[in-house]
Amino acid sequence: MSDFSLKGRAHKFGDDINTDYIIAGKYTKTLNLSDLATHLFEDIDPDFYKKVKPGDVVVAGRNFGCGSSREQAPVAIRESGISAVLAKSFARIFFRNAINIGLPALICDTDEINKGDELEIDLEKGIVFNVTRNKEISMEPMPAIMKDILKEGGLVSFLKKHGDFIKKAN
Amino acid sequence: MGKTIVEKIISKHLGEEVKAGDFCVVPVDMLMCHDSTGPLAIKAFREFEKDRVWDPTKVVFVLDHATPSPNERVSGLHDMLRSFAKEQGIQLFDVGEGICHQLVLEKGLVLPGDIALGTDSHTCTYGAVGAFSFGIGSTDASGVLLTGKLWLKVPHTIKLAIDNKLQQGVYPKDLILHIIGLLKSDGADYLCIEFAGECIDDMPMGERMTLCNMAIEAGAKGGIVAPDAKTLEWVRSRSSRSFVPQKSDEDAYFIDVLRIDAAKLEPQVAFPHTVDNVHPITDAIGTPIQQVFIGTCTNGRLEDLKEAAAILGGRRVHKDVRLLVCPASRRILIEATKEGVISSLLEAGATIIPPGCGPCPGTHLGVPGDGENVISTANRNFKGRMGNNKSNIYLASPATCAASAIEGKIADPRKYLH
Repeated sequence: MSDFSLKGRAHKFGDDINTDYIIAGKYTKTLNLSDLATHLFEDIDPDFYKKVKPGDVVVAGRNFGCGSSREQAPVAIRESGISAVLAKSFARIFFRNAINIGLPALICDTDEINKGDELEIDLEKGIVFNVTRNKEISMEPMPAIMKDILKEGGLVSFLKKHGDFIKKAN
Repeated sequence: MGKTIVEKIISKHLGEEVKAGDFCVVPVDMLMCHDSTGPLAIKAFREFEKDRVWDPTKVVFVLDHATPSPNERVSGLHDMLRSFAKEQGIQLFDVGEGICHQLVLEKGLVLPGDIALGTDSHTCTYGAVGAFSFGIGSTDASGVLLTGKLWLKVPHTIKLAIDNKLQQGVYPKDLILHIIGLLKSDGADYLCIEFAGECIDDMPMGERMTLCNMAIEAGAKGGIVAPDAKTLEWVRSRSSRSFVPQKSDEDAYFIDVLRIDAAKLEPQVAFPHTVDNVHPITDAIGTPIQQVFIGTCTNGRLEDLKEAAAILGGRRVHKDVRLLVCPASRRILIEATKEGVISSLLEAGATIIPPGCGPCPGTHLGVPGDGENVISTANRNFKGRMGNNKSNIYLASPATCAASAIEGKIADPRKYLH
């Protein structure tokens, strides 16, 4: 992520989208990560992956990514070309996993966004600009350590660069 | 102000006092990876280009999610785990040994006061022995394999005080379903749940595991029970490693305290397609059922199989029902065989599946058909969870599942227990 900003079109989902819905367990047994994308959201929106254009944004309600710890869920989203996930809240493990693989997971009031809206996301300033509605939405600030990991493009790059966690990670 | 059990466990590990809300980097006592999420962790670890993991004696691999292997792709992933374990000197439990969480506890690999992690959301099960344990993703696990550490935010704790005793025919599964129905799927998000009270004090270790196992279904980071004499006896018979049990201070700050009267509970059923869609059994009675599944890290222990056999023994499974039973470990299967539980289930018409996750994660071994209803002792009923998004999953206790298997429709187990 060079300039820490993104642009894309909204795909809208409701509350409690669990990781089984994001990628079913039967498809997770592979290391060909691009295969995961073709089954993204299959159980709730069968042809979803065909609708995705690179840079698009998943926009959801409360508790996105609840359920299993499977990292294949954020990986499937990233591999499909989706650039970020916006939600009112995230389940804890999904939130960490997304940041760890370099997929921005951002908390904001998603009621202000409709299906198909054009969005511009400034990760540094913490602002989502809804171009379609000419409306600015502020994001909940991310913990510093997560922001650092995201800026490096994920935990693996972060640890390769720093070798370890800094002692006090506030 | 005193501290909660989790604040005390983390403070002890750091050698400095921390409180809920603090960010810190903690040393890890045990990391578990299984065949569904382990391969991604190894892939990420390889990117560090380091030869050795931080401490192979603190890592355990388990093949349980798709076992025995259903196809050559999964066989390849199993082999990847086996060769990495061999290369690094990591203990691996292979096909047929059982479900990761059951094995970790049964083998005494997690002890009171530990910080234990696993690449599985139900890692919170280890809270049953008074450990602070929770699920992480594969990349976080690769960081642990490299450094032995994880960054985290110290969670606040909700205390659930469970008064009195459960009535006959009502089980810890009914209690935890009721709790999830109250809290909802994100009611304990980022929090730890401490289970306490007379009802919990009375519970054997296996029942405490059922409770802690499902804490994640309310979004919790962990579920925990303060260690008592039963806990110490359990762990000392399984491990000679030293440990420091912790319990919450009398004046600890809990973000919320809920009281529940266990004596007032009746059997509970979670309706499709969310775990928090919980109803008393009276709302469910009569719902037709085509498949019954008894097993999983929630309810695949010896006492669960006995509970089912007490109802099914001497009776027959309904002709239109398939009853699948999956003991949570080889040890449990051996004991259940010795005690005649397995023959009693087989005589009733059950199909016994080798120890492992079985049909729960929807990979193989019991994928339901289109339009079918399943009642299961598992912990999740999301649409498609068992491999078919056109089937419906109801969650209940082993006793309710057994009674439903006899009748071919959801049934109240209490009428079989007089």
